[in-house]
Amino acid sequence: MTAAATPAASPATTGEQPGVRLARSRRNAELSLLALAMVLVAAYGATVEANLLDTVTPDFWVPAAALGAVFLGLHLVIRFLAPYADPALLPAVALLNGLGVGFLRRIDLNDALPADRETLAIFAGTGGRQLAWTLVSVILAAALLVLMRDHRSVSRYAYTLGLAGIVLVMIPAVLPGRFSEINGAKLWIKFGDAFSIQPGEFAKLALLVFFAYYLVRKREVLSLASRRFLGIDFPRGRDLGPVVVVWLISLLVLIFEKDLGTSLLYFGMFVVTLYIATERVSWLLIGLVLFFGGAYLAYILGDLVGGPFANFYLRAEIWLDPFADPHDKGYQLVQGLLALGTGGLFGAGPGGGQPGLLPEVQNDFIFAGIGEEIGLFGLSALLVVYLLIVERGLRAALAVRDSFGKLLAGGLAFTLGLQVFVIVGGISKLIPLTGQTTPFLSAGGSSLMANWLLIAVLLRVSDGARRPVTGGGGKVARPAGGPPEQLHGAPTEVIRP
Amino acid sequence: MPELVITVARFGFLILLWIFVFTVVGVIRRDLFAGARSGRLVAAPRAVGASTGQQAARPAKVKRGRAAHQLVVTAGQLAGTRITLGDAQITIGRAEDSTLVITDDYASARHARLVPRDGQWFVEDLGSTNGTYLDRAKVTGPTPVPLGVPIRIGRTSLELRP
Repeated sequence: MTAAATPAASPATTGEQPGVRLARSRRNAELSLLALAMVLVAAYGATVEANLLDTVTPDFWVPAAALGAVFLGLHLVIRFLAPYADPALLPAVALLNGLGVGFLRRIDLNDALPADRETLAIFAGTGGRQLAWTLVSVILAAALLVLMRDHRSVSRYAYTLGLAGIVLVMIPAVLPGRFSEINGAKLWIKFGDAFSIQPGEFAKLALLVFFAYYLVRKREVLSLASRRFLGIDFPRGRDLGPVVVVWLISLLVLIFEKDLGTSLLYFGMFVVTLYIATERVSWLLIGLVLFFGGAYLAYILGDLVGGPFANFYLRAEIWLDPFADPHDKGYQLVQGLLALGTGGLFGAGPGGGQPGLLPEVQNDFIFAGIGEEIGLFGLSALLVVYLLIVERGLRAALAVRDSFGKLLAGGLAFTLGLQVFVIVGGISKLIPLTGQTTPFLSAGGSSLMANWLLIAVLLRVSDGARRPVTGGGGKVARPAGGPPEQLHGAPTEVIRP
Repeated sequence: MPELVITVARFGFLILLWIFVFTVVGVIRRDLFAGARSGRLVAAPRAVGASTGQQAARPAKVKRGRAAHQLVVTAGQLAGTRITLGDAQITIGRAEDSTLVITDDYASARHARLVPRDGQWFVEDLGSTNGTYLDRAKVTGPTPVPLGVPIRIGRTSLELRP
């Protein structure tokens, strides 16, 4: 009896290898989801044509196939270079991007002369340009995956990227208005009339890499040295320095570039990475108080002195009561709300709405335009897709093993979510409307490119997080008693309360 | 186009959209519960199958639940991190190429490592400045690590879990 009990009682002294869990890459799941997404995009195209042209042209599948081909290329890059990356990210983003292209093409069909509609070339109009931008963006994302084999290598360029980010933010602010102003917001660098880029979209990524790196190095100081007040730990004044600097930058963006959305985005991004790094709720409180204080101050100043604050004041006024001036100032927001209302629960059907009535429907108001046609039922599906993308990003952040990766992935995923909140909140009159793009849906190369790069980084981090531990650490296998290698170069900081 | 076709297409698209959402959720769900389930469904039979060639399958089967499958960080900044154990060693330290990179003031660049030998994990200090502790005892040479006993490095605690 004792003999029988022995093997169970003495743990693991005899020969079993520790269970090697079969880590599954789930690449085939990704491929089939991608195929389903492309079927959806093709179905959307067909329904639009059935509604608008009263017939389905034999070429309805061409845009979906072109998108499918380039996404398949990215899938292959992932399969070989990031085999353990998250399987849900690529198909979800591909669906949003595909529906965006489909909806923009639908607007082109709407604007084209009835005689030209059936023969509209696939690279024609806004939809065609968006399709071309998608191809470019996906190729860039693939290139990033090829170049960046390990997300930790980015931290080497953190300070360079931080500087580049600030310069990119500043360029439109200092350029004269005719080079940088579109629709009242100075967010652009214009090269002639045809081509303009929005450097802020790329600055977002660069700044986030810098934030993540800075906070990994400073987190100890930020989370340990604090004074307790009203049951909440507040950090010391000198540690607040960088936060205040970023706050000032975001206010500068607000004032000189007249864009509340981008400013909210930068600030939210920094506060949340700070919160992830230190686990202190006080940062969130400080952040919220600073932002709302700043925004309220801008509102008051806009009322009293106008000037650079006037734009923000106007937007806040429209938000408070869009129906006060429904034919002029409040026109866009009112039309957006009416479109969403017309859509109702199930929408007018793809191709059945009136997106021509909505100003900027291809851009800021794309969500209202789509909402009119697919209704609350479809819009909530799209929002869930966004939610899933953000969730997968946060999941990668939780699972990855190094602090830099955690902050990077967490910050990127949150930024994407915040951007969706800012624009969808804007068009549904939850918050003042700001000129943000809807990630992956809106027409615009800069936004699309930057967001695809963001997804490439998330894919890379999730690959690092889910990859099973193999080999590695070969350099460590040396006599334990030997001379210790040089200690990590992080400076020691003396903490005095 | 007949009205009926358009109506079917319109609602069919919405339904397809939600089918996509639920398929994605399904993929994610399998992913989420993979960690909890694989202890009995995936990992163990594979390991047994793999080991039959070299060693007796029976003791492996008996101790199936007892072998360490995961390294869990229970305290410190990385708390909640899980590493799935394979048959490769785990290095712990501040150096960027460690398996588990800990940013802890009391950790050295190459602090300690966990090495599997015949199904048992051993912890070994790599000449760290502040030392590695297994529960309360300082680790001097390679020491076997039982399941659920904390390994302490600075403010960080690690545990092996089945």
